Amino acid sequence: MQGLKARALELLNDGTVSRVLGWKIGENTYDPEPAFFETAEAMEQFVYNNFCAANLSKYMIEASKLEGKTLVCLKPCDSYSFNQLLAEHRIDREKAYIIGVGCKGKLSIEKVKQSGLKGILSVTDTDPLKVETLYGDAEVAYKDAMLDRCHVCKGKEHVVYDELYGESEDTSDADRFEQVRAIEAMSPEEKFAFFQAELSKCIRCNACRNVCPACSCRKCVFDSNKFDSAQKANVDSFEEKMFHIIRAFHVAGRCTDCGECSRVCPQGIPLHLFNRKFIKDINALYGEYQAGADVDAKGPLTSFTTEDAEPGVVSQGGIV
Amino acid sequence: MSVNEEFRPKIVAFCCNWCSYAGADLAGSSRLAYPADVKIIRVPCSCRVNPMFILRAFEKGADGVILCGCHPGDCHYSTGNYYTRRRMTMLFSMLDFIGVENGRTRVEWVSAAEGVKFSTTMNDFVAKIRSLGKNVRLGDLRCKD
Repeated sequence: MQGLKARALELLNDGTVSRVLGWKIGENTYDPEPAFFETAEAMEQFVYNNFCAANLSKYMIEASKLEGKTLVCLKPCDSYSFNQLLAEHRIDREKAYIIGVGCKGKLSIEKVKQSGLKGILSVTDTDPLKVETLYGDAEVAYKDAMLDRCHVCKGKEHVVYDELYGESEDTSDADRFEQVRAIEAMSPEEKFAFFQAELSKCIRCNACRNVCPACSCRKCVFDSNKFDSAQKANVDSFEEKMFHIIRAFHVAGRCTDCGECSRVCPQGIPLHLFNRKFIKDINALYGEYQAGADVDAKGPLTSFTTEDAEPGVVSQGGIV
Repeated sequence: MSVNEEFRPKIVAFCCNWCSYAGADLAGSSRLAYPADVKIIRVPCSCRVNPMFILRAFEKGADGVILCGCHPGDCHYSTGNYYTRRRMTMLFSMLDFIGVENGRTRVEWVSAAEGVKFSTTMNDFVAKIRSLGKNVRLGDLRCKD
């Protein structure tokens, strides 16, 4: 971390970049937050540890409008989101200086809490995690505290960068579409009951939309006051379903499966399931596609072939 | 609604101006019968139909939504219906994924010369919706009686 901080300071001091986009120390080890640093003094707050899960690529939309270059720290999976935004002309490559930072899987405090520990005072980001609680010390295995998305890691390669810092590791040890397949195998009644239970938890805080790098419209359809689901007060259960279906549809074919939506959801709704379902269908019908892997590739929903499957395929046994 | 009354579904049919709407017209002028439960909404192209229109129709009480457009390759705007095809496949698959009966949504390609196809398609679709019954999963309760 010190090396990264020193390198960022060096670039800031010699004028290569006007600001640094990274993570700032939070109250605890486990809650670093995204931040812009413009001075050497501010850089004292800079941190990079295994709890730095936030994807910083979306902040580059605003940073691209500012004077001068911005140094941005991207993990391998974040670089896909950056590339996708680049493909959509939402950010300016010339305004970014990318340090591809190493990542060996990011941790989640929620996962630590799920292991049954209460009264957490401090947590280390080492392997295993040393947790200090009001009731004594405990240890949690690194793999068990990792974010769900890191179990389906996209790999250790950055798809876009100016320089690299640190080692990365492919942490995937699970089937990406396992949960989607399990739901597909349910009866319509079971599926409906499952999603009704999950989506009724939604408090319409819009965190999923605000954090999503693919949700980058300047004016969002959900901000219209003519739209009934603009706020929680006037919505019923249908509106929540509609909100999530529409949001997933709007990012279909552009979602890099970065998993930020599920990470930030305060209610713990597995929102990535919608995105993964679209990705799975797109892969099955229109060929394997990873958004953000190639800047010049055409998105599956903005292109077509004359031989595409008919929508009737859904009722004729589904998409396999 | 009394128990004995026959279930009359509300069906929304989005028809493209150039083929399917003309097909519906032909069905009418050829005196081919199709149920009055079908309410046609004319759109410039099947590609104009935003997935939100379909969800909104369900929300406002539709029991089934059918989208009709020109046959692939015959689109008035050359390629509109190819995009529709991909989009609707994705949307229908998602609706199926969350547990909405997949018979409630359909896409049919009906040309301006296919009055008979329009009529048989609508009869078939209405029969299907009648067998599925009222749409309770995707309805806004405030709009119901």
